[in-house]
Amino acid sequence: MKDQPDPPSVGQVIAFRSKDFVKWWDDIFEGVLRRSPVGGALDFVTKDFFNWASRNSIYPLHFGIMCCALEMAVASAPRFDAQRFGIIYRSTPRQCDVLLVNGPVSKKLKPALRRLYDQMPGPKWVVAMGECAISGGPFYSSYSVVQGVDQFIPVDIYVPGCPARPEALIDGFIKLQKLIVENKKGAFTGK
Amino acid sequence: MAEMWINMGPQHPMTHGLWNLRVKVDGETIVDAEPEVGYLHRGIEKICEDRTYTQIIPITDRLCYGSSLTWSHLYCLTVEDLMGIEVPERAEYIRVAAIEMQRIASHLMWLAAYAADLGAMIGFIYTMRDREIFIDLLQALTGSRLTYNYPRIGGVAHDTPPNFERDSLRACDYMEKKLKEYEDLFDGSKVFMMRNVDVGKLKKEDAMNLGITGPLLRGSGCNYDLRKDMPYSVYPEIDFEAATHPDGDCYARYRIRMDEMYQSCRIIRQAIQKMPKGKWRIVAPRNAPAGTGLGRVEDPRGEGMMYIVGNGTDRPYRVKIRSPIFVSVSAAKHMLLGYKVADVVAIMGSFDMCIGETDR
Repeated sequence: MKDQPDPPSVGQVIAFRSKDFVKWWDDIFEGVLRRSPVGGALDFVTKDFFNWASRNSIYPLHFGIMCCALEMAVASAPRFDAQRFGIIYRSTPRQCDVLLVNGPVSKKLKPALRRLYDQMPGPKWVVAMGECAISGGPFYSSYSVVQGVDQFIPVDIYVPGCPARPEALIDGFIKLQKLIVENKKGAFTGK
Repeated sequence: MAEMWINMGPQHPMTHGLWNLRVKVDGETIVDAEPEVGYLHRGIEKICEDRTYTQIIPITDRLCYGSSLTWSHLYCLTVEDLMGIEVPERAEYIRVAAIEMQRIASHLMWLAAYAADLGAMIGFIYTMRDREIFIDLLQALTGSRLTYNYPRIGGVAHDTPPNFERDSLRACDYMEKKLKEYEDLFDGSKVFMMRNVDVGKLKKEDAMNLGITGPLLRGSGCNYDLRKDMPYSVYPEIDFEAATHPDGDCYARYRIRMDEMYQSCRIIRQAIQKMPKGKWRIVAPRNAPAGTGLGRVEDPRGEGMMYIVGNGTDRPYRVKIRSPIFVSVSAAKHMLLGYKVADVVAIMGSFDMCIGETDR
């Protein structure tokens, strides 16, 4: 019986499993950078640039739930053209930094949506579009609908409307851009 | 090679909604498939039981967001059958014109999504641009962009706005020109044809046995269109043809929808020209008698049916909704077997999935 597991060999280090990788990353960056002045110094240098970049390249997740999904598609179509603000939809949560929830969240969907949120790399934001995502909307009294996405995911921007118009969605994204600039979070310490 | 299951969904660029397609692959060939729906179940049938008849109209709008007007029209048709109300003729013509506009908008939305799926981003841009014209017309008519809340029990909410006739006729002329442009664009594209012709074959017998309706059935060579075979509203007085195609592949279904858009332009023109003057709404009673009402319409996706049981109060006792896509999606296995994984996008895209009505 051994008390300690073997130290990882060279082969294991090169071929990390995802869990090991996350632990290794956490040990270095969460542990060292967050607590030492190095992280603060790096933040001081990079903060402005990183925030400028993330403000101008908001990549929401391409995830249509209900009616507002059509308005989401229309917002990126020729008439409204959300791409002029740097809003480009990506299909995988690994490439996204905004989760756009555009419909009612049923109890069957709730764990999947939570997993999508967890899969997104930080810094990340959540936009609740339409009444259904805000509070359950017309289906508030249903037995299968969660009354608002903010019951299990923190929401930054609420876009009301049933369905929200494309202009309202673009306005919500502009508000999100302002929020990103005002908060000015550092990438290394998270402050 | 080992066989394995792949989950395509609930978040996948192929799904166009919120459902999960599990496919079993052997290398790249599909050997089994299993659609899983229910992620958007909102219990609409149950919600309807504690709302009054008028309050249900906005709920039925949200059944199918692609063509919401069709579903609120179907609901009003059913309640009128239950109450035994005759609708003024002008209201019927306004409804028919509005539904056909909605059908064009719905098919254009499908074409946009389908073209973007198959890699033709230009298709998305063109069709979404032209869809806005019909959305604008409907907005002028009803006051909203997507969920209209326009039909009422016993008519429609308000009369047509000024210049509606002129604008509708102009939009039809414009659309027919643009449809020819789309045909040149898609039929001339070798990539589009390679990914559509002889992909996703559905036999006529299979389609009929599974109870599939709409463009999927007509694409398999069966001429079944409720507007022709069981006419409702004022469709008997309008001259048009139901589009059919014998091949049963993805290209046939694309062809059906394009032909339907031409026919819709024809119907709008006739409905606008034949529209009489007069009342557009009669006041319906608040309570429905004890009894049943049944309504069937041709949705852009197939046959939509509603069955309402009244019990003498102002709320229905039971509302049953039959959704076309809930039935059609059971054909996924028949259509996918033997094709490659890359064809899943084309085959499932040609269904025109609308999860709102499927899960209800």
